Amino acid sequence: MSLGDPQAAGSMVTGPGEPVGGGMDLGAVRPLRKDVWRRFRRNRMAMIGLVFLVFLVIVAVFAPLIAPYSITQRVPLFREGPSRDHLFGTDIIGRDLFSRVVYGARVSLKIGILASVLSLAIGILLGSTAGFFGGKLDTLIMRITDIFLAIPYIVLAIAIAAIFGKSENTIILVIGLTGWLSITRIVRASFLSLTQQEYVEAAIALGYSRTRIMFRHILPNALQPIIVYGTISVGGVILTEAALSFLGVGPQDPTPAWGLMVAQGKGDLVNASHLLFFPAAAIVLTVLSFVFIGDGLRDALDPKLK
Amino acid sequence: MPTDDRVLLSVRDLHTTFKTDDGDVKAVDGVSFDVHRGEVFAIVGESGSGKSVTSMSILGLLPPDTADIQAEGILWKGENLLEGSAGRLREVRGKEIAMIFQDPLSALNPVHTVGKQIGEMMRIHEGASRKQAKARAIELLKLVGIPQADRRVDMHPHEFSGGMRQRVMIAMAIACNPDLLIADEPTTALDVTVQAQVLEVLLSIKDEIDSAIMLITHDLGVVAGLADRVMVMYAGRAVELGTADEVFYETRHPYTLGLLASLPRLDDSGREKLIPIKGSPPSLLRRPSGCSFHPRCPFARVPGICNETEPPLHLVGGMAHVSACHFAEDMKNVGVAELREEETLA
Amino acid sequence: MPSYVIRRILLLIPTVFFAISFLFFLFFTLPGDPANLIAGGFNRTPDPGVVQRAKERYDLDKPLPVQFVHYWERTLKWDLGESYKNRRSVNDILGEHAVNSLRLGIWAILIEVVVGIGVGLIAALRRYSLSDKITTVVTAGMSALPVFVLGFVLQYAFAVYPHKHAWPEWLTLRTQGLGPDSWAFFFIPTGEQWRYLILPAVTLASVSTALAARMMRGSMLEVLRADYMRTARAKGLDERSIIVKHGLRNALIPVVTLIGIDFGTVIGVAVLTETVFSWPGLGSEIASSVTSRDLPVLLGLTLTVVLAYAIINLLVDLSYAFFDPRIRLGEGGEK
Repeated sequence: MSLGDPQAAGSMVTGPGEPVGGGMDLGAVRPLRKDVWRRFRRNRMAMIGLVFLVFLVIVAVFAPLIAPYSITQRVPLFREGPSRDHLFGTDIIGRDLFSRVVYGARVSLKIGILASVLSLAIGILLGSTAGFFGGKLDTLIMRITDIFLAIPYIVLAIAIAAIFGKSENTIILVIGLTGWLSITRIVRASFLSLTQQEYVEAAIALGYSRTRIMFRHILPNALQPIIVYGTISVGGVILTEAALSFLGVGPQDPTPAWGLMVAQGKGDLVNASHLLFFPAAAIVLTVLSFVFIGDGLRDALDPKLK
Repeated sequence: MPTDDRVLLSVRDLHTTFKTDDGDVKAVDGVSFDVHRGEVFAIVGESGSGKSVTSMSILGLLPPDTADIQAEGILWKGENLLEGSAGRLREVRGKEIAMIFQDPLSALNPVHTVGKQIGEMMRIHEGASRKQAKARAIELLKLVGIPQADRRVDMHPHEFSGGMRQRVMIAMAIACNPDLLIADEPTTALDVTVQAQVLEVLLSIKDEIDSAIMLITHDLGVVAGLADRVMVMYAGRAVELGTADEVFYETRHPYTLGLLASLPRLDDSGREKLIPIKGSPPSLLRRPSGCSFHPRCPFARVPGICNETEPPLHLVGGMAHVSACHFAEDMKNVGVAELREEETLA
Repeated sequence: MPSYVIRRILLLIPTVFFAISFLFFLFFTLPGDPANLIAGGFNRTPDPGVVQRAKERYDLDKPLPVQFVHYWERTLKWDLGESYKNRRSVNDILGEHAVNSLRLGIWAILIEVVVGIGVGLIAALRRYSLSDKITTVVTAGMSALPVFVLGFVLQYAFAVYPHKHAWPEWLTLRTQGLGPDSWAFFFIPTGEQWRYLILPAVTLASVSTALAARMMRGSMLEVLRADYMRTARAKGLDERSIIVKHGLRNALIPVVTLIGIDFGTVIGVAVLTETVFSWPGLGSEIASSVTSRDLPVLLGLTLTVVLAYAIINLLVDLSYAFFDPRIRLGEGGEK
């Protein structure tokens, strides 16, 4: 098995850091992926999170079939509480809240996932470069990270949001472009320690190109914290979107973003608490799902921590 | 119960069981022994044989939610510790029975100075003032051979080397002049060169404060020349118990013999091979039938009595030399040399 | 150790400089010509003369790099300029609002430390009990609930609802504003002040308290399994002393780290909390100055927050050495 073989790089996920078989386990050695799934399945909260997430994805995909109204359609009922026609009631200008929450699943998942992917991509690129090459490049990248870390995140986000505008897509950009600091540090730390490993030294000695070593040999071994952080950060992005909406720099009406709906529902807590309750509940459940899945993945991927 | 003045600690039929997700693990399964005043009593066995659990059970140091300790009695100077109050047990801990643990780095608290940790013993048990405790801590550090004790007393454990750390551990254990020191693998985590020094400190201290030592180890080499009496444990049970001379020179159990054969000797000509015991210790969840050692025993008669009947401990010679082997009598004629022969044939 | 502190402080200076410079250019690229805004607002066509005067007054007629140099010249003398909106000195605005934020922050940190660490500790000591399970669920829920929603809910439950149902006056709390602004020893509310303080303080503390509780629980559970805890037991200590003298300080090490790292989150939460409760602090003022494009106020207040953030991080770093003697300050660096 040569080190240049992509299969080899893949199989190294089971290599360092993963105790083969574990101390007590006398059973046959199972493939890693199956093992992770077995451990993940044992975590009840993580499974509940996964089930809810699957449900949410179905809702998002089939939103036009599920929602009885469109997101802009108005009925002459304002701020009505839940009824048979309007399961979650109607909002301040007579739109069906249930339909808007259903379509909101699309918006929130899209913002959450795309912004997280963007942050991860930037963070992986910067973190792996810093950790692998070290030296001046590392110092430069870490100084830049320090500078951005010195700025309170929310100030940066609202300022950039104010500049770029307030549509769904620009919010993805804003959150994605400001959320890479932690992941950069995490990836850098993994790369720093993994670059010391013997198989990397062997690959360098064999003369493989640096990018190949970085992405084929080191990255697969640094994936665990990235996967866990990425999962949990989707929930974080959804909360950030809500905060930006509340401050008036998030997506604008009539976009059915949950955060925006909550922000709009604040005025009528006394007479129409459903305006706040349903979108807020959707946010809480979704964020919790991602957090629980992330926690479950961490425990499943790294049995040493248990 | 008969009380013998010489007997300091008497453990009677100890059963310690751990509840796990996969079932109950009988880590200690019916062990009895006495420790006499002033003697060095060694418990020997591989990891998982239950030797450490035995020592923890005596002082009730196992987590109560997972460990269940049952015994006819754990008699400390005639007083049953299992029936004593929590307060009485705390009094015994540290003051009358003190422990030395295997890995001094993790067994010492990283955030407190060694002086504070040693002095704490006097503070709890003797009501010493902070000042008195520190003065005594310096004294104790000197006693265990730590140079510049008055300076080092204010340092933290991570600032010491492994051997020095274990000396600190010993200083802490002897702070209240206990009658019994339980040393659980006191040298395992240390460099070979340091091991002998630490053992030496331990022995000289024992004479100084006139206490008994219960030495728990997997290494028969450590026991030789140190212990007065030896108990060999296998899979949670005692398999041989006698004076050190009896166990070493009139071995009556194949497992003990196996341990001896796997031990390098100084008088070895170098031509004789070391013989490891084949196989690995049994799972305590699925204990082998009959004699637990039979799957690994070169002399086992299987199928036959060895895999059918559990051998009881019985007197095989001397005053109190006992072995749990069906063929203990035949072992009279078997030594390390014969074991080698047997192994090469097989 | 002193050399380490000096090195850390020297490193802070370029970090803060570049951070603030970055924000300067970022804010000045915000859409909308500030001079137009000053002179007339968003939609009206302002009088060119007024615009010209505004430009001169606020240095806006010069090219951006010149403005940048002027900005730093003024800022280094701690002259933060004056508000576009009402021509008030930013230094004055800052002084006023910083004090309010500080008071709120002190209470939030007190809640975080006392409640967060306390609850986490109890949950760990009574693992698997009902109170442990409730702690797990509540702390997870808190970290998934948008802060401003919590604020609304608290307003409803402790002010709007009691008021609506005519509960006795002493049971209702206030939801808007600073209140009578009466304090003893700088931060102890006197008279009616506590009614105004309690809800925003709880809201501000919520996220960090939940995090601290989770962290404390996990950290304490780990410590309870540590060998040195067994040693402490073998010494004959009673359970209380084992936990307090040997467990607590070890368990606090990661929690202190968290409280330090988490300060950025606290600032974000403060912006939301102060806005929900109309608490006149730095956070609400920053949020409103973004919307009104009041750049001098925005930059001035942000600079203060960045400085405070940097200093707190430094202090937390230095405090590790107190909690964990294994950390030697200056190790790895030149002594």
